[in-house]
Amino acid sequence: MFVDTVIEDKSLHKPAFLLGLSIAVLAFFFAFNLTDTIFGEFLSPVIGNPKESGFFGRLVVSFVLSIIFVLNLLLISFARLKIQILIVWIELFFLFLAFAYSFDLELAYIFIGEPSKLWLMISKGLFTTIYISAVSIAIATAIAIVGAIAKLSNNGFAYAIASFYTSLFRGLPLLLQIYLIYMGLPQLGFMIDAIPSGIAALSLCYGAYMTEIFRAGIQSIPKGQWEASRALGFKFGLILRKIILPQSIPIIVPPTGNQFIAMLKDSSLVSVLGIWELMFMAKKIGAKDFNNLEMLLTAAMIYWALTIILEMIQARIERKYQQKA
Amino acid sequence: MSAKTKIENPVISLDGVSKWYGDFQALKDINLEINLKEKIVICGPSGSGKSTLIRCLNRLEAHQEGQIHVSGVELHETMKDVDIVRRDIGMVFQNFNLFPHLTVLENCMAGPNWVRGIDKKEAEKRAVAMLEQVKIPEQADKYPDQLSGGQQQRVAIARSLCMEPKVMLFDEPTSALDPEMVSEVLDTMVELATSGMTMICVTHEMGFARQVADRIIFMADGEIVEQNTPDEFFNNPKSDRTKTFLDQILI
Repeated sequence: MFVDTVIEDKSLHKPAFLLGLSIAVLAFFFAFNLTDTIFGEFLSPVIGNPKESGFFGRLVVSFVLSIIFVLNLLLISFARLKIQILIVWIELFFLFLAFAYSFDLELAYIFIGEPSKLWLMISKGLFTTIYISAVSIAIATAIAIVGAIAKLSNNGFAYAIASFYTSLFRGLPLLLQIYLIYMGLPQLGFMIDAIPSGIAALSLCYGAYMTEIFRAGIQSIPKGQWEASRALGFKFGLILRKIILPQSIPIIVPPTGNQFIAMLKDSSLVSVLGIWELMFMAKKIGAKDFNNLEMLLTAAMIYWALTIILEMIQARIERKYQQKA
Repeated sequence: MSAKTKIENPVISLDGVSKWYGDFQALKDINLEINLKEKIVICGPSGSGKSTLIRCLNRLEAHQEGQIHVSGVELHETMKDVDIVRRDIGMVFQNFNLFPHLTVLENCMAGPNWVRGIDKKEAEKRAVAMLEQVKIPEQADKYPDQLSGGQQQRVAIARSLCMEPKVMLFDEPTSALDPEMVSEVLDTMVELATSGMTMICVTHEMGFARQVADRIIFMADGEIVEQNTPDEFFNNPKSDRTKTFLDQILI
């Protein structure tokens, strides 16, 4: 992104702004009565019994919180950009942990059992999730190439079929598509297992979205490329394969990566078919011992870790294409 | 150019060609014959239909009335082998239109290798020879965006020449160039003209026209207003529109 060469004064370093911010933050914390939370407990030496501290307690708690908050911002503002980003990440992560901690979980639960529940989630659930997503993204990509070409063609049948397809599969909720395929196809005499129908639903739904991405990618290549190819006597298929698609890949990769990440998480919807993927296992295992939240949180962390890995891979691929372009 | 070959051997002929963009008529009843080895310069004010005209010659644009014959083959909308005609007509564009994901050498090898079925070694040999002809063999392994505009346009000329075309079309080949790069491209074109290539150039470079053209065609409002030898065209223009145009362009 473009970064201006003119350095503006940081508003955080202006006393008036700092004062205003402190008051605003103070008002915000004051609006919620935080005296009977962990913060009130922590300040009990000052405010006495949190429950009886009343207006004074509420004011002290919000005052201390706002000072910590603003001081934190101020200190971070002096650090270098990379350090700033790191610190804020860590702080937000700890806030998230504190949020999860407040559920009062029995975290040991996920490590007990033989094999442990965490290992079960990873060895079976994660494997199935990745397997379903990978197969689906491969099929979706193939659908998208064909769909994009059909949508760009002058052939009425091809265009009509492709646009009907994208309209339908982008227009229905994925969950509904999963049900329709799993329960609808047997009505036509096709007996279809849970995993194939889950893969079919994910492929068709994401194939529809990716058709639009591929179409836009192909269309973004300047007309001159087609003209120069045509003038050399290249045929349509050759132009697409050798000239247009290689140039549109750098344009297609970032949104396709996003689709892949989205699909990975949407694969949790196939749990409704009883497929033993992450989501289904989290619900199944947790429900048995009424430790739902522990298992859901485990699944959440696995999904999150997976998407972080995918994002890193995506960034790598993008960088590679940027160097080449 | 003898009168005899003119009648017997036009490599390109246009017979009453008209073209419309919606309601706007871009070409009005164009009649033209171009002979082998002839050098034609087409000029005229912008919007006069000169680019449209040469884009019709390899059917990048479709005409609606009249006939266009290239090497005796008529161009029409149902022709299946338009690619065969296109292979014999090289085209150089205003914006070069090189393939940015291929190196200079690969740009030049693509045509012969992919559509003429010439094996890679032979295609590479030919590409190197053509790059030498346009005087940039040392850039062969670079990508187009690493080259200056003038160099890119010379690569584009080499790319076309690799197909061993019978005719070369130039659509304002120097209009997108920085002024100091115009001459290197024009020099290449002059050399090509000297080698006997049939050339049809849309250009405002009147020095080039004077130097190499056998005939200058002046177009306005989709019509051929005047065509003549360079001497006659510059020294003795017949129509008022030509005079006005020359006054504006020759300062």
